[in-house]
Amino acid sequence: MSTETQTVKTTTTKTSKMVNISGAEAVIKCLLEEGIDLIYGYPGGAIMPVYDELYKYQDKLHHVLTRHEQGATHAAQGYARVTGKVGVAIATSGPGATNLVTGIADAQIDSTPMVCITGQVAKQLLGSDAFQETDIIGISMPVTKWSYQITDASEIPEIMAKAFYIARSGRPGPVLIDITKNAQFEKFDFEYKKCTSVRSYKAIPDVNEHAINAAAEIINEAKKPMIVFGQGVILGKAEEEFKALIEKAGIPSAWTILGLSALPTDHPLNVGMVGMHGNYGPNKLTNECDALIAVGMRFDDRVTGNLDFYAKQAKIVHFEIDPAEIDKNVKTDVAVLGDVKETLARILPKINKNSHSSWMQEFKDYMDIEYDKVIKDDLYPEKEGLTMGEVIKHINEASKGDAIIVSDVGQHQMITCRYAKFNKSKSNVTSGGLGTMGFALPAAIGAKMGQPDRDVVAIIGDGSYQMTIQELGTIYQTKVPVKIVVLNNEFLGMVRQWQQLFFDKRYASTEMVNPDFVTIAKGYHIEAEQVSKRENLASAVQRMMDSKDAFFLEVCVEKEGNVFPMIPSGASVSDVRLS
Amino acid sequence: MEDIQKFTFSVYTENNIGILNRLSAIFLKRHFNIESMTVSKSEIDDVHRFIFVVNITKSQSDKLIGQLEKQIEVIRAYSHTEDEIIYQETALFKISSKHLYDEEIQNKLKFRRANIIAITPHYFVIEASGLKDEIDNMHDKLKPYGLLQFVRSGRISISRPKMAISELLKEYS
Repeated sequence: MSTETQTVKTTTTKTSKMVNISGAEAVIKCLLEEGIDLIYGYPGGAIMPVYDELYKYQDKLHHVLTRHEQGATHAAQGYARVTGKVGVAIATSGPGATNLVTGIADAQIDSTPMVCITGQVAKQLLGSDAFQETDIIGISMPVTKWSYQITDASEIPEIMAKAFYIARSGRPGPVLIDITKNAQFEKFDFEYKKCTSVRSYKAIPDVNEHAINAAAEIINEAKKPMIVFGQGVILGKAEEEFKALIEKAGIPSAWTILGLSALPTDHPLNVGMVGMHGNYGPNKLTNECDALIAVGMRFDDRVTGNLDFYAKQAKIVHFEIDPAEIDKNVKTDVAVLGDVKETLARILPKINKNSHSSWMQEFKDYMDIEYDKVIKDDLYPEKEGLTMGEVIKHINEASKGDAIIVSDVGQHQMITCRYAKFNKSKSNVTSGGLGTMGFALPAAIGAKMGQPDRDVVAIIGDGSYQMTIQELGTIYQTKVPVKIVVLNNEFLGMVRQWQQLFFDKRYASTEMVNPDFVTIAKGYHIEAEQVSKRENLASAVQRMMDSKDAFFLEVCVEKEGNVFPMIPSGASVSDVRLS
Repeated sequence: MEDIQKFTFSVYTENNIGILNRLSAIFLKRHFNIESMTVSKSEIDDVHRFIFVVNITKSQSDKLIGQLEKQIEVIRAYSHTEDEIIYQETALFKISSKHLYDEEIQNKLKFRRANIIAITPHYFVIEASGLKDEIDNMHDKLKPYGLLQFVRSGRISISRPKMAISELLKEYS
């Protein structure tokens, strides 16, 4: 059935052996061998043998009980995103497993390293529609980087080693390992060898020197070069190499939503965000640059707008680890495959020193226009209602750009990404590709546990918040000191904005009648405040930032605020609107 | 608009449970209909070969190759146009024995690459191999005799260009 013995190459230097242990204990041993000390999950029938071992190993492996399996995946993602390590989530079979699917899909599209472990009914019951049996391998297959069903305890070490290798190597992603209950009970002699390669899987493509030279030539000859960087810079741990390149070549650099924080927001060459709610200049100038250099990004439709009118005048260079991304959406002139940490370092000596100051000035001129038409009113509003932008501004002032900011999905997310300040990489945690409402609260739990010495602020809309609000229970139980800001406009704001602009204000099912969020937070014994007046905002934000414990702050913002700039769906990036 | 053509994909994979699902999901996600599919062992021990036939554009085919190869257990995927491969299909026709000595049927069998592979008092079975059109033609000709059963295999194909899987595997290990 399986050719695993041929497909896994293992190191011989470090092995760990134990005689006659259960499959369940072997699972824990594998996690410890991989350096995992924190996992998120929810117990249930088919995974109980593993939980029984977790009880025995609780001094070495900390398990966080979330209030829903989806929360476990998002917490694991938050942990992975701020640490660069593999996040682990564990659940039982059936509904436990299906509840993981949203988080798995989110991790797949946002390239987050995660290993999910699910219990499964015993091997002899497979296919019998047994209690809590579901085909989680089949259900999750299109949204996992890899998956495997273990039906025999002896498979556990090799498959777990392979799972962690695949999850973290190359372009990272989620791996699901489904373990039948009999395999958890069976005894066998355990031996662990780390996986270092898999036949049929090339984690990192070879670097082609000709491509490096061709890319360097385009960059050196360009009069108006522009860089768009994505999460690849962060995943490749290539922040320093990236900064060295743009500073030497003097190239204005814009980011995708997941690239945010790879370069400090106040870096002089950081020209802001591209895409649907990105900045005016980088969107407009995408269609004026003569070389567009994409670094670790995938030309998502929210970034490019209408592809028929996207950077047609420019030569396109694409630094990318995943060969399937080359020419997927935008045809490249030069594709530089490889790990950006290596390719950026190798191209650096071939790049001429330059400044492009008049070209850079064009970005500044557009920024001045955007400031007058949009930013000024977002950050320093003169109207009565509070804006989301001014809340972010106060958080910036209190955090000085050192906090990890976790945002959910919707208007507040776009405003957060537009205005939040970041000094350090791996500090922006948000659901980019999948746009998963409910992501932020559990992801913030994982982020704070991954970086306990840093402030973690979750910024969440009133709609998103109620999708995973039960994770307040996890916060109360674990005492994890996350700061939670709900920007409450009593609407599903982004959908309402589209209804206003494109559906003649027919606000179908977007108005929210909300509960008393402060009372709910207090019900979980979390310190909580509500602010609805401008004069109280700064001090409330400061109290939140000063708090040593978890803190909930609800800010009642204007009901019908809109996010601009905006590229209407189907329009070109250069048709970006300011109002 | 790009022309839609017939592409034959040869996908070399590990021999593990579930790979078919993983591959077919890639076609499903892009709303591509699989016209024909064959799975078998390949020229290399422990390596399986899938052959998919799909009607798509050249650029869709290029992207599909990327997505197929991205799967962990796919060693390499190739797509070929009709003139780059040698291919055929096999069909079986089950017909009532009362037509066994029908002159027209006997003539057709001689003319086509077809054989009778089973005869019983009640029925006989004709096996025919060839291109899809040839088998379609045979099907149309035999249909008036009342087909008790008809089945056709997926396409099997051999590429004219080299597919260097053995070399690749050496490189991987």
